[in-house]
Amino acid sequence: MNRFAKSWMSAALSLAIGIAMMLVLPGVLDDYTLIQVTIYAVMSILGVSLGFIWGFGGILCFGQAAFFGLGAYTYAIAVMNMGDSTGPFLLAIAVPALFAMILGYVIFYGRLSDVYMGVITLTVTLILFNLINSTAGPEWKIGSAPLGGFNGIPAIPTLNVPGHPNDVLSPKDLFDLTFVCLLVVYLGLRMLISSKIGRVIIAAKENEQRVLLLGYDARVYKLFSFTLGGAIAGLAGCLFANWGAFTSPTIFGLAQSAQIIIWVIVGGLGTLVGPIVGCVAIQWLTTQIGTQQMFNSNLVLGTILVVFVLLVPRGIVPTLGSLGEWAFGRMRRRKASSTTAAAQAETAPAMAATERAT
Amino acid sequence: MELALVIVIQVLYAVATLFIISAGLAVIFGMMKVINLAHGEFMMLGAYATIGAIRLGLNLWVAMFVVAPIAVGLVGVVLERLVIRRLYGRMVDTMLATWGLSLLLIGIVTSIAGDTTAGVSAPLGSFSIGAYSLSGYIPVVIAVAIALALAIRWVLMRTQLGLIARGTMQNPDMANALGVSPSLVYSVTFAVGAALSGLAGGLLAPITGVVPTMGAAFVAKAFITVIGGGPAILAGLVGASALFGAINQLATFATTPVIGEVALLAAAIVMLRLLPQGITGRFFKGSL
Repeated sequence: MNRFAKSWMSAALSLAIGIAMMLVLPGVLDDYTLIQVTIYAVMSILGVSLGFIWGFGGILCFGQAAFFGLGAYTYAIAVMNMGDSTGPFLLAIAVPALFAMILGYVIFYGRLSDVYMGVITLTVTLILFNLINSTAGPEWKIGSAPLGGFNGIPAIPTLNVPGHPNDVLSPKDLFDLTFVCLLVVYLGLRMLISSKIGRVIIAAKENEQRVLLLGYDARVYKLFSFTLGGAIAGLAGCLFANWGAFTSPTIFGLAQSAQIIIWVIVGGLGTLVGPIVGCVAIQWLTTQIGTQQMFNSNLVLGTILVVFVLLVPRGIVPTLGSLGEWAFGRMRRRKASSTTAAAQAETAPAMAATERAT
Repeated sequence: MELALVIVIQVLYAVATLFIISAGLAVIFGMMKVINLAHGEFMMLGAYATIGAIRLGLNLWVAMFVVAPIAVGLVGVVLERLVIRRLYGRMVDTMLATWGLSLLLIGIVTSIAGDTTAGVSAPLGSFSIGAYSLSGYIPVVIAVAIALALAIRWVLMRTQLGLIARGTMQNPDMANALGVSPSLVYSVTFAVGAALSGLAGGLLAPITGVVPTMGAAFVAKAFITVIGGGPAILAGLVGASALFGAINQLATFATTPVIGEVALLAAAIVMLRLLPQGITGRFFKGSL
């Protein structure tokens, strides 16, 4: 990864753009577009969750949609039983996290390789899909919430202000909440990655054997990042259930899992902004395809995936990042040359040392 | 007694089906270490090729056993040249690219044939065992599975082609040094795998609804069977199909088809936890 992408400047830039969008968009967009932007942000959170575990943890999860769907279903079932939405909101994060932890335990402590990891996550997603799909009929219910089978759960109550069940969020509030969640997730992961734990996580991706020999239990770190990814996907699922007040088994489906992977590949593996960019671009494209009859959306998505794997394996953002690196490097050089000649003579050896160190 | 016989036949049928739908994937994965996620779509193409050939007036059996494998084998050759060839040795990238291909094929077929269910009626009527009536197609599927297993074994053990294929599988560099072109072997292997998938699709066309998205129902099961089987192609495939097919069918008898599917998938996860190298990673080592 290049220096610009690692620097705090890129993080600050992304955050500034995010906050600016959050403040400006509600003023300039009509309600319909604002709701569209909200779903982009929800899906971006989901994209970031896979971008983190795959790009930084080295865990290719074919079933990130399972945690997403689990979050949506947990929220729906819990809020229909509990009334107030604070508990369900937290549960929608905790249940997928717990599920990811159990699944991760089986995978990482069984020392299963990449391919088997793919099989197991795929399989679990299909199990959930099959199970939920077959729960149509009034006899399948948890508490007072019917599961609905392939019909899904309609009319899910929206989130409310904690403690006031009648004070539900408006679409504008939901937009704000989603954006705050996205920014918090981004900033949190960014800080995690540059912390010591994050460094071990990345090291375990690069060379698990060496990390083990250095005295770190790579399995614990992988399990941690996988669980965190599950929790974030659950959060996205909860927001998704709020966005449309509806959830159905298709969100467990293979198509959903495939989409998330495409976002990450297109946006750029190994970055956090990449999945967001990829997600927004692909979602926008899918919506545009829906408005015309010429090309089927599967056809276009499939072509994009094949073309990116073959020709742009780095994705959009790292390619743009190289440009940023170039600009960043120029700026640093100019700063260095503006120091006085005398000071330069004194600091030259030190600077050379720093240069070598970086 | 009659019930027991019916159950035995149904279990054999489930095992045979699983074997047939996994064979193409097993050949490609076992020989080339390429995981072909477009496998389900190859089957879908085989099913459409069968239906198309029947509509053109061909005999059902000719359409199924000749047209479908040849058509899909040719598609396999083209895709191997265009895409797969560039990604050898990069397992995850191949998985992603073939996943892209699967979406692409679904899109193309949907654009051409539409999003509706096509189908042919199952031939051969039915036969009865005591009070139970079974489709006459069941013995055909079981017979095809047995014939396929024997044919794979015969080709690999008794022919020049099989010898070259096994050699390339064990040590590509050495095979290359002895004058075999691995790229040609891979090309042929991929075509054979694709043709087997096409045959499976054609064979299943009369008993499943043929829609562009039908592949998704098979790819996961085939994937699990092949991975569960482990490094030996034929022994692994037979072992894993027998295990998973039996679990699936018995759980279906005891409960519902959905629970049967879930039992199969859950059994696969438990088995991979216990035997991370698959069945033939632990037992029957060194067999085919």
